[in-house]
Amino acid sequence: MFSVRIHGRGGQGVVTAAELLSVAAFREGRHAQAFPSFGSERMGAPVMAFCRIDGRAIRLREPVVRPDAVLVQDATLLHSVDLFQGLADDGWVLVDSARDPAALGLADLVARLPTGHVRTVPARELALEHVGRPKPNAPLLGAFAALAGVVTLDAVIAAIAERFPAAVAERNARAARAAFDRVRAERVADDRVVVPEAGAPTALAAPGASAASTA
Amino acid sequence: MLRQIEGSRAVAEAVARCRPGVVCAYPITPQTHIVEALAELVRTGALAPCEYVNVESEFAALSVAIGASAAGARAYTATASQGLLFMAEAVYNAAGLGLPIVMTIGNRAVGAPINIWNDHSDAMAMKDAGWIQLFADDNQEAADLHVQAFRIAEELSCPVMVNVDGFILTHAVERVDLPEQGDVDAFLPPFDPQQLLDVNEPVSMGAMVGPDAFMEVRYLAHLKQLRALELIPRIAGEFRERFGRAAGGLVRPYRTGGAATLVVALGSVNGTIAEVVDELRDEGVPVGSVSIGAFRPFPLDALAAALADARRVVVIEKNLAPGLGGALASNVRMALRAHPLPVHTVIAGLGGRSITRGSLRRVVLAAERGDLEDVHFLDLDWSAVHREVARWTERRRSGPVAENVLRDLSAARPPMSRVV
Repeated sequence: MFSVRIHGRGGQGVVTAAELLSVAAFREGRHAQAFPSFGSERMGAPVMAFCRIDGRAIRLREPVVRPDAVLVQDATLLHSVDLFQGLADDGWVLVDSARDPAALGLADLVARLPTGHVRTVPARELALEHVGRPKPNAPLLGAFAALAGVVTLDAVIAAIAERFPAAVAERNARAARAAFDRVRAERVADDRVVVPEAGAPTALAAPGASAASTA
Repeated sequence: MLRQIEGSRAVAEAVARCRPGVVCAYPITPQTHIVEALAELVRTGALAPCEYVNVESEFAALSVAIGASAAGARAYTATASQGLLFMAEAVYNAAGLGLPIVMTIGNRAVGAPINIWNDHSDAMAMKDAGWIQLFADDNQEAADLHVQAFRIAEELSCPVMVNVDGFILTHAVERVDLPEQGDVDAFLPPFDPQQLLDVNEPVSMGAMVGPDAFMEVRYLAHLKQLRALELIPRIAGEFRERFGRAAGGLVRPYRTGGAATLVVALGSVNGTIAEVVDELRDEGVPVGSVSIGAFRPFPLDALAAALADARRVVVIEKNLAPGLGGALASNVRMALRAHPLPVHTVIAGLGGRSITRGSLRRVVLAAERGDLEDVHFLDLDWSAVHREVARWTERRRSGPVAENVLRDLSAARPPMSRVV
């Protein structure tokens, strides 16, 4: 099972991000469970949402306390909320920011996790450029597809297409692809990691199951 | 059809396929997306013919359902928490009149203190109103139970509440195989009312009944519940045959064979319990669990059979009967009257407190060692409790408890707040 915790502020769309990620995993034939943190929801307050992905049915109903990946939609949360609590030793971190992890004060985290597991991506800037609105979800998920390899970019784009009207989905898909390409190029350059193409198969595949054909 | 879908939307889709003639609801907290999605299905014509009635309160919502059902329409509504309590009088009326309404409860706590999160206080407040109460373990079952609920309600002419954990299920997006319209139509025949307000054959419903007949009418309501004990497993069996998957039934045992400790619970926490059972079984601890699918009627015999070989029972309950313990454990003890076993009550998850694997492991292992008290409060912050009790002792006007505890906890909290 792969568990993701998404942090943001009320109104930024953490719940939508978790849901899109779950739909992407579902479209690849896997089981996924997305749910919000059930806090008091108000604009601007720190909020989070969770997504679990597995090859078999997910029965667990506790919040994600030991995430394999933490996605941060708002870098201003970095030093006010304990964002990385319980993060696995080989976990992944992706922050929406144009600055690099060290500039954000994450050098300790970079040192603790495997090389290349802490990344930033200018998700809002990419969204502004491609969508015209500062909505970080699509680029953040596109970048995540290039990072942990649990969902493909194609599945993320399919999830976006399922959720939004065609024109909006198309612009978001471009933002997601731009973020994916950027992180993929960085990983190849910095870490000499071979990152699969957009549609390559991912880990955690369900034995013989495919929801995509019926979705 | 397989969909990755929010629990509330899955329930709405399943309800729509049951072709209700009237859906009524009061669209404010603690309402869920269920009635919002149904409103949309009626507006777009996807659900037709169906009248969607936007009422002025929960009391009105169920009152409209009562009128609609008496007039021969398949009637549906949904609520939770304070909404259910506000309709309490109508809840008793619907059952007393024997009207086969189906209502979803997206289970939540009941205030005060104000709390919008999940527990079973609402369902337990109405446990003896005469409704059949079914509980869903996950969103697949939540969808499937509604299809069964209309069958059960209409065969018995008795209302059915389908309990779906608020937030934990209603707001979770997961894979649900939505029942196909053709299968639902084959499984659930058109509503053929046992009693009907019909101008051509006038009857009156809701007569005043004095001491000479009240006992008999009430007994007949009890008899319907006893018949439901036979009907619920039969309908679950027919459902399985038609839809090819298990859902519903009275009790759902999990790895009970050879188990010394059996954990009993209602609703979605059974998923987490099953994970803990697997972990402990891998470690050689003989543990199993039983999910109660029907709380009313209470399946005394089926539960007694499921618990027969255990040496102790741990009941995880999301409700508190202050001054007693928990409603579920009391009922479980009654099921064991011919075969007494130690039954531990674990009050857990009140007002949305997370129930984690770690905490469940601790109480199960404590029960195994004989170290678990009769009534245990899972993960209770005893120091906060003791400090408030001390304030009571210190002075008469110690102030409102809820505000005191909140202030106390925020003072005790480290500067960087915990995430979960």
